[in-house]
Amino acid sequence: MVDLRVDLCGIALSNPVIPASGTFGYGNEFREFYDPNILGTFSFKGTTREPRFGNPTPRIAECTAGMINAVGLQNPGIDAVLATELPRLKTFFHKPVIANIGGFSVEDYAYCCEKIDAEPCVGWIEVNISCPNVRHGGMSFGTDPAGAAAVTKAVKAVTTKPVFVKLSPNVTDIVEIAKACEDAGADGISLINTLLGMRIDLARRRPVIANTMGGFSGPAVFPVALRMVYQVAHAVGVPVMGMGGVSSARDVLEMLMAGATAVQVGAANLVNPCACRDIIEDLPVEMERLGISNLRELRI
Amino acid sequence: MQQTTFQVLANRPLTDAVYRMELQGDTTAITRPGQFVNLHIDGCYLRRPISVCDWDGQTLTLIYKVVGEGTRRMAQARKGDTFDLLTGLGNGYTLRGNAPLLLGGGVGIPPLYGLAKRLRAAGKPVTAVLGFNTASEIFLRDEFSALGCRVLVTTADGSAGIPGFVTDALAGLSYDTFYTCGPEPMLRAVYAATVTGGQFSFEERMGCGFGACMGCSCKTVTGYKRICKDGPVLEKEEILW
Repeated sequence: MVDLRVDLCGIALSNPVIPASGTFGYGNEFREFYDPNILGTFSFKGTTREPRFGNPTPRIAECTAGMINAVGLQNPGIDAVLATELPRLKTFFHKPVIANIGGFSVEDYAYCCEKIDAEPCVGWIEVNISCPNVRHGGMSFGTDPAGAAAVTKAVKAVTTKPVFVKLSPNVTDIVEIAKACEDAGADGISLINTLLGMRIDLARRRPVIANTMGGFSGPAVFPVALRMVYQVAHAVGVPVMGMGGVSSARDVLEMLMAGATAVQVGAANLVNPCACRDIIEDLPVEMERLGISNLRELRI
Repeated sequence: MQQTTFQVLANRPLTDAVYRMELQGDTTAITRPGQFVNLHIDGCYLRRPISVCDWDGQTLTLIYKVVGEGTRRMAQARKGDTFDLLTGLGNGYTLRGNAPLLLGGGVGIPPLYGLAKRLRAAGKPVTAVLGFNTASEIFLRDEFSALGCRVLVTTADGSAGIPGFVTDALAGLSYDTFYTCGPEPMLRAVYAATVTGGQFSFEERMGCGFGACMGCSCKTVTGYKRICKDGPVLEKEEILW
């Protein structure tokens, strides 16, 4: 019998598989496909201080082995999430959830995290300083060590929950940013957010995405994500949640070997709503095949 | 919503670019005309949302236009091939009215066929206005007639039926509600030209097709809606252009 359990900042997960923020809503849409309680946990839709519609459509473009999205942090805002989404989530999900928080200023992040701190159903906060689809804030904090540290510090000051900072791959040296977050008190690092990308509609001679550019994700980005997880996990002392193109149990094992403590699955949920269920079912099979008995000491 | 495998029974062209695919599988998740399915196509990362033309207990009919790589691959499918489908997606049309008018343009017409069939089964007199670019692109006209619908065809180039667009066929038609599906310029024209409430089916580029990614959101009078989950059918009075 193989052991799928992992520990994420003192909270036990029954397995390391976690749907990534922005691909799983607040969990509700997936209930018709499988029971979300089989997941390690999930990271809910990036939530901001104010409600947001996001960017104009089209927001989606297909790519070889991946997709571009430019949703632009559409969400109902922290108050509606606390008043409506989390009470509903609690009726069907009985594990601690990851609260993903977006923002446009240091104060925004702190405001939301302070509010979410009172929620017992939230196990961890994941601070998104890496959204490529919003003009101000978002990724600008994640591309500068000082900005990343400032957000981290402000959030840590208002919550006792473990704080993961979600990093952008659209930087020259992601290790430098990760270290700045760790130094500022981050309890963990999540990476990677999407890679800035673009497609052009040949017939119309204009970008497919209304916002011109968007975040590229899917299996095509997996090697880049894996490399960055490896670099960061070997440079910081805090746990890492690895993500980027993960689509199979074998991808999960690669991420764990690269140094991740838990693994998020993003775009795969959109093309196969049962992707995470399938991965969780496949993991023991792959582990048996590879002679792996537990997932806690895989780092190479 | 359901994820299930369908097997192709037949797949043949109706016009140069429009194909009709019959599939066999579990259709229980499809409950209303105007819903859609999302097909996984080998070689394409994202699924392809295709409106349900018609269905019964075992079979599903899709009518689609070849417009890109995904539909090109669909057109190559042979009898016996299988597709992984998400079925029963979207809200679909709500059946109402005693004198319904159906207005369809191009590949917006197929979902109106399943609707017309159910309206006719409920004993309603159905008028269907089917708009095409040109005579050679006409499809489903005879099938609507066979249901007992009054059928009016329009062509943009005047090569068959009433010259012009579906809205050019409205003069003299009496109806107490309408249902429409087609390209957005047509929907806008229908919105302006109709005198009753009605239901509009919209199209948008989708990521997932089941409400998770927020890729296909739109603003409405009643708030933000996801075309894939809260739509694709919107009531006339909630539309914000």
